Amino acid sequence: MIMLKRIVQPRLRICTLLLFALTWSLSTPTLLAQETGVDFATQTVRLALTGEPRNLNSMKATDQLSIFYLEHVMEGLLRKDARNLLVGGVAERWEMTETSAKFWLRHDAMWSDGKPVTAHDFVFAWRNVVNPLTASEYASIMYPVKNAEAINKGEAPLTSLGIKALDDYTLEVELEAPTGYFLSLTAFMTFYPAREDFYLAQNDRYFADIENMIFNGPFTIKSWVHSASIRLEKNPAYWDSKNIILNVIDTPYITNDSAARFNLFKDGKLAIENGLQGLESEQLQDALDNRFRIYSHSEGSVFYMEFNHRPDRVTRNLNLRKAMQAVYDSQELVYKVIGIAGYIPGRSVVPVYMPGVQLKFREEYPLVTPVLDLQQAKNYLALAKVELGLEKIPPLSILLDDREIGMLQAQYFQSLFKRTLDIDIKVDVQTFKQRLDKMLAGNFDLVLTGWGPDYEDVLTFTELFSSWNANNRGRYQSPVYDSYIRTAQASANQQTRMDAMSQAQQLLLDDVVILPTYERVANTVRNPKLDGVMFKQTAAAMVLTYARVLE
Amino acid sequence: MTTYILKRLAIGLLTIWFIATVTFVVMHLVPGNPLANEKATTAAIRANLESRYGLDRPLSEQYIIYMRNMLQGDFGIAFSEENRAVNDIIREHFPVSATLGILSLLFATIGGVLWGALTAIYRNRWPDYFIMFLVILGISVPSFVFAALSQFSILQLNQFTGRSILPVAGWGGFRYMVIPALVLGLSTMAYLTRMMRSSMLEVGNTDYIRTARAKGLSNTRIFIFHQLRNAILPVITVLGPAIAIITTGGFVVESVFAIPGLGRYFVQSVAQLDYTVIMGTTVFFGAFLVIMVLLVDILYGFIDPRIRLQAKP
Repeated sequence: MIMLKRIVQPRLRICTLLLFALTWSLSTPTLLAQETGVDFATQTVRLALTGEPRNLNSMKATDQLSIFYLEHVMEGLLRKDARNLLVGGVAERWEMTETSAKFWLRHDAMWSDGKPVTAHDFVFAWRNVVNPLTASEYASIMYPVKNAEAINKGEAPLTSLGIKALDDYTLEVELEAPTGYFLSLTAFMTFYPAREDFYLAQNDRYFADIENMIFNGPFTIKSWVHSASIRLEKNPAYWDSKNIILNVIDTPYITNDSAARFNLFKDGKLAIENGLQGLESEQLQDALDNRFRIYSHSEGSVFYMEFNHRPDRVTRNLNLRKAMQAVYDSQELVYKVIGIAGYIPGRSVVPVYMPGVQLKFREEYPLVTPVLDLQQAKNYLALAKVELGLEKIPPLSILLDDREIGMLQAQYFQSLFKRTLDIDIKVDVQTFKQRLDKMLAGNFDLVLTGWGPDYEDVLTFTELFSSWNANNRGRYQSPVYDSYIRTAQASANQQTRMDAMSQAQQLLLDDVVILPTYERVANTVRNPKLDGVMFKQTAAAMVLTYARVLE
Repeated sequence: MTTYILKRLAIGLLTIWFIATVTFVVMHLVPGNPLANEKATTAAIRANLESRYGLDRPLSEQYIIYMRNMLQGDFGIAFSEENRAVNDIIREHFPVSATLGILSLLFATIGGVLWGALTAIYRNRWPDYFIMFLVILGISVPSFVFAALSQFSILQLNQFTGRSILPVAGWGGFRYMVIPALVLGLSTMAYLTRMMRSSMLEVGNTDYIRTARAKGLSNTRIFIFHQLRNAILPVITVLGPAIAIITTGGFVVESVFAIPGLGRYFVQSVAQLDYTVIMGTTVFFGAFLVIMVLLVDILYGFIDPRIRLQAKP
């Protein structure tokens, strides 16, 4: 053995060292040092994604990641400019009446393969969206267009859709009813154009890979390695390309590990993180510890606890709900329990950023918020017990996703209602798909849920609780409430509409349909050289079209 | 030998069929609708989606259709990435996992043999104790701890030197593979070290080694041709399943280092109830494991003539 040692020892050491040196030198010298998050000379920004975009077909896309890319590579009739105001996109000018709209398209809007964007491309795309065979999950956003809903249900022919190409560059749209927010809808991805000849040539693989794509937006997708990287480059054929300063939007990292993405940011490899969803609380704390400048903006979503109003549930009783409302303080929930910087305590189903007539809706129509009163709550509870014919309220189940923020809220409600009203709450944690299942089946007493806006009008939130809405998970039914929604849907007068919506907003609180929990805020960190990033609450969360890298 | 291989292949096919069937049944027993989303869809759209994915047929019919397609090599379209065939997902991402897996296995094997031999040489001295301490850490500490720790260390290194010595995450070239492969192979390396140590000690005391030394053979020759070759047998036994485990268990490492491997699809498809991806990845990995174990058994026969001789009727 001793002999072995003397021979083997130095050889082993040399062998391992040689092996290591060999493998290291074999690694091709990469441009590691140069691959930074921002580059002034080439006007490049680099991002990290949380996952792979689900479907880049604008007529069928639903997820945040796909919407982000579509925003940059495609364009609709109208678009949002650098100040988030509606301006002309493919359409140069337009005229609106109560139930119709006419668009004159610019002649220099081109597809990336050189052909012009015409009115026929919009007719084809919109018909495709409402076609029941396409099974587009966002078809309902087109329902304001005449016959869209009927076609989507298979009750009318495709050609009856209220859209017509008067010639190559003139488009006429007919609406079902006056829809005040219709123009902003045309900037939404479901309304983007698609060229019929190209679409049919792709054999059901439209936008599946680069060779199946053509673009009419400020950027094109130059390369896409699934689950690995996506690279956008400036589109020279875009009609407004001279006003686009950024050249490359590169996404070389795709991972759902938030710590990994934040490490990449700290290593200087990213321009901004997390632009699309905001930092998780752990990374936010890390950013605060590192003294990074933190930017916050309303992410758009509103979260609330919804009661089950179905006739077989204890929570159908108004006095019981009033009792629970009278002991609940959303400020306590947000500031003490959730504790993520920037989150806004829930007050209404309408969030703070939503516009009203002239100002913000919540400014023009302040709520009469319920007062915290323990004694009053106990009175309500006593009344509820009498009405329900129960000695004691049975345990209520609260349904939620298995994410941390949900768990915190569930525990808070559990201790709150036990402490004040002696009501037991059973926590029913489910994975996302199973929570959806139970929620759709009405298998809950309380559910923690939320809603993201589809368009920039109060209606996108208030219509959730109309009796005909499939997303009315608690099945709240009120003819009065329904009448407010119908007024807002049918009127062209913004004042009338907003007045009706303010009544709806108040009724929602008076009838205790939900307990608003919080409005989500997205916190981001960025490289100080990145300028001109825009955040929105609807459609694409982050827009880099008007961004640039400073020197 | 050929009859042995054919018999093993037949059993392998049966195993894969069994894996596929059990996965199919359990997958459909789990509550939840893969097509459900936050926004409710109209009944018409729901019906169209279900017929597109074949979910509107009775379960037994779905099973037969699925099995028939699978025999023809078609695993269907993914639910969560609507334009990608599961075959393409496996074809594009498995090589990444495999590369990572092979590299980490290389590290694990070389390291395991090396450290194991060292501990045997310095048995009961301080290098032995020190290495065994590291081995216990390597086996018990979970891979995500090592992954997060190593990423943190790389970050600190880069910040300290002001240059990009090593990439923090990403994929594209050998430099991106080194640390992830090391992290992935650590626990296997630790386990192999232990195995190597005990088998080296065992072999060192045998008759034939003493005979060889008595014959006057050089120490190097004894070590390489006799000691190593015999001691390595248990290591190879573990290698078969280790290959499969490393290639599939790379999920954590792939997440932390943003590596586009198959592990991510393997794990996330379950939470998303992506039926086709679940079936595709499970069957694929099952088949991979079966083949690897078979290969190792054949390899055994070449390394150890005693097994080959015994196999003959």
